[in-house]
Amino acid sequence: MLLNIKNLHVSIGGKEILKGFNLGVNEGEIHAIMGPNGTGKSTWAAAVTGREGYDITEGEIWYKGQNIVGMPPEERANLGIFLSFQYPVEIPGVSMQNFMRTAVNAKREYQGLPPMSMIDFTKMMKQKQAMVEITEKLQNRYVNVGFSGGEKKKNEIFQMAMLEPELSILDETDSGLDIDALRIVANGVNQLHNEHNAFVVITHYQRLLDYIVPDFVHVMYDGRIVKSGDKKLALELEEKGYEWVKELKL
Amino acid sequence: MDSNPKENIIEEVTNKDYEFGFVTDIETDFIPKGLNEDIIRLISKKKEEPEWLLEFRLKAFRHWLTLKMPTWAHLTIPPIDFQDIIYYAAPKQRKEKKSLDEVDPELLATFDKLGISLDEQKKLSGVAVDAVMDSTSVKTTFQETLSKHGIIFMSFSEAVKQHPDLVKKYLGKVVPYTDNFFAALNSAVFSDGSFCYVPKGVRCPIELSTYFRINAANTGQFERTLIVADEGAYVSYMEGCTAPQRDENQLHAAIVEIISERDAEVKYSTVQNWYPGDKDGKGGIYNFVTKRGICRGDNAKISWTQVETGSAITWKYPSCILKGDNTVAEFYSVAVTNNYQQADTGTKMIHIGKNSRSTIISKGISAGHSQNGYRGLVKVVPEAANCRNFSQCDSLLLGDQCGAHTWPYVECGNDSSILEHEATTSKISEDQLFYCNQRGIPTEKAIGLIVNGYAKDVLNKLPMEFAVEAQKLLSITLEGSVG
Repeated sequence: MLLNIKNLHVSIGGKEILKGFNLGVNEGEIHAIMGPNGTGKSTWAAAVTGREGYDITEGEIWYKGQNIVGMPPEERANLGIFLSFQYPVEIPGVSMQNFMRTAVNAKREYQGLPPMSMIDFTKMMKQKQAMVEITEKLQNRYVNVGFSGGEKKKNEIFQMAMLEPELSILDETDSGLDIDALRIVANGVNQLHNEHNAFVVITHYQRLLDYIVPDFVHVMYDGRIVKSGDKKLALELEEKGYEWVKELKL
Repeated sequence: MDSNPKENIIEEVTNKDYEFGFVTDIETDFIPKGLNEDIIRLISKKKEEPEWLLEFRLKAFRHWLTLKMPTWAHLTIPPIDFQDIIYYAAPKQRKEKKSLDEVDPELLATFDKLGISLDEQKKLSGVAVDAVMDSTSVKTTFQETLSKHGIIFMSFSEAVKQHPDLVKKYLGKVVPYTDNFFAALNSAVFSDGSFCYVPKGVRCPIELSTYFRINAANTGQFERTLIVADEGAYVSYMEGCTAPQRDENQLHAAIVEIISERDAEVKYSTVQNWYPGDKDGKGGIYNFVTKRGICRGDNAKISWTQVETGSAITWKYPSCILKGDNTVAEFYSVAVTNNYQQADTGTKMIHIGKNSRSTIISKGISAGHSQNGYRGLVKVVPEAANCRNFSQCDSLLLGDQCGAHTWPYVECGNDSSILEHEATTSKISEDQLFYCNQRGIPTEKAIGLIVNGYAKDVLNKLPMEFAVEAQKLLSITLEGSVG
């Protein structure tokens, strides 16, 4: 199993947000986590990626055979965990090219490989940009600075393509996207998906799942998964609304 | 998870050693400690100076005696005993160095270690270097190439001997000895420095550079740089500096004067990397420097670019007097302070000519327990119609123990001029760091990336040779700091 989360409890500033979260993800699978706002979906993503301030009070996160609780975020990233941010962060003055080169070479260093040559890197950038239909001007633009909502999300998927992670978590990637951008983003994910990697798609709406078809759908409420099923569950949820989830909980 | 790993990281701030803290073991010619008219006569004699220069020194000294150290800067300066300083120290070496072979190998090794090759054959890029150790110039390279164009670039002492009329014509014209306490002190005891004169219509084909090195203990360094671009001339000049790591503080009080005549342009860049003291604030250089340029003729241009990472205390305001019409002056600065460093730095732009334009971009970065201040004046006299100034002063804070301050002063004497001022204060956000971490970039590297991005507008103005160095230096200086 690629990722196995057992009885995860996470607190922020002493307040418990995740209250016994369990999830297993195998290579090749696409999972969707759905649920109403404030139910702990983004907290879960932050805990898995190792963000500071998310205190794991109980439970284990097994990834590629090791419990990664306490591991620094950059090491988790270099082990192949990628988060597509709900709100991508701006870094003024740092070009996308410089940023990605630093990231790609950090991973290579972690793996004991020499830095990638500028020629290979440029080639790779060009190729991956095309995948998410980003113009070549991207490389000289500063990280997310002045990007439209759609561009930011496409840029996240572009970075995913560059870093070739085994586990990708997409946190509300569909929020704020028009239908064209949504199609491009989903298309990128589908191209990257193969039998060796897995995706966990966090979303509020069923809409994205028309494009990225999940093998499993989990419904989250009050810090844990309250119901799991196949893609039909997403449709059921869409139809019955989140009020129904609250009843499930009871 | 650690309750607050951020704090741990802040504590680790610059555990990285100062790279240039070594001492060269070389026989040095000292004069006795202390400051009086005899000492000044002795310095002048050692340098075999003409009478007029001795007179200049003595006048400056007498004026200095009437002054008190300025206290208006936002700096805590321990009392300095000016009688406890050695005002002249020179590495002993044979006179009349005709070729590199005659320069003491120990000195060459020192400059090699600093990354400054004095061997013209070995230099890849065309940069002429004047290497100054303590009170004297060791070697100036590419003299022949330059003289073909009529360009004079040599140590100040040498210029006094070979071109006394030029030196006399320009010395003290931009920074008179009456200017301030440290300018008066420098004018009394200055030992060496660089002199550069680019004649009418000549575009200097290579970069000129001076490298200042303090080596001897208990000495002060008081160098003087004078750069003159005659009508229509162009020159790009760079200055670098380092000092050994010592527990006591050492004083560095320099003067730089730039004269840009009609249609001339002078670009002055410096990466200041004096020893900043240790992480507890012990030792380090006091850098009390007066730098000023004048755009004397119409359409003249001067630009200052500085990257300030060193010194325990920095007191420095490279300024421009825009005297001619349509003159242009620029000031680009990155000032980094860490640990217990203090910096009070900025610029003055004095608009006298019509349609004169100035730009100020100042980027302060403070970490550790340091204090980092920008102090600037933009002054437009009533006759200076249609002037423009744009000022941008940004501060970046790393951690919560440091301080950033901005004191922009504006005096506008007419209403046809447009002055703009923008200022921001920011911290490296946790969001930015986590975003980098999540892409596999460790925190140290992420800070380097973010800080270099922040300072990019200024770093881009540096000559290529300096830009790479400066980028590395910024990352090293801030290694370990997180906000």
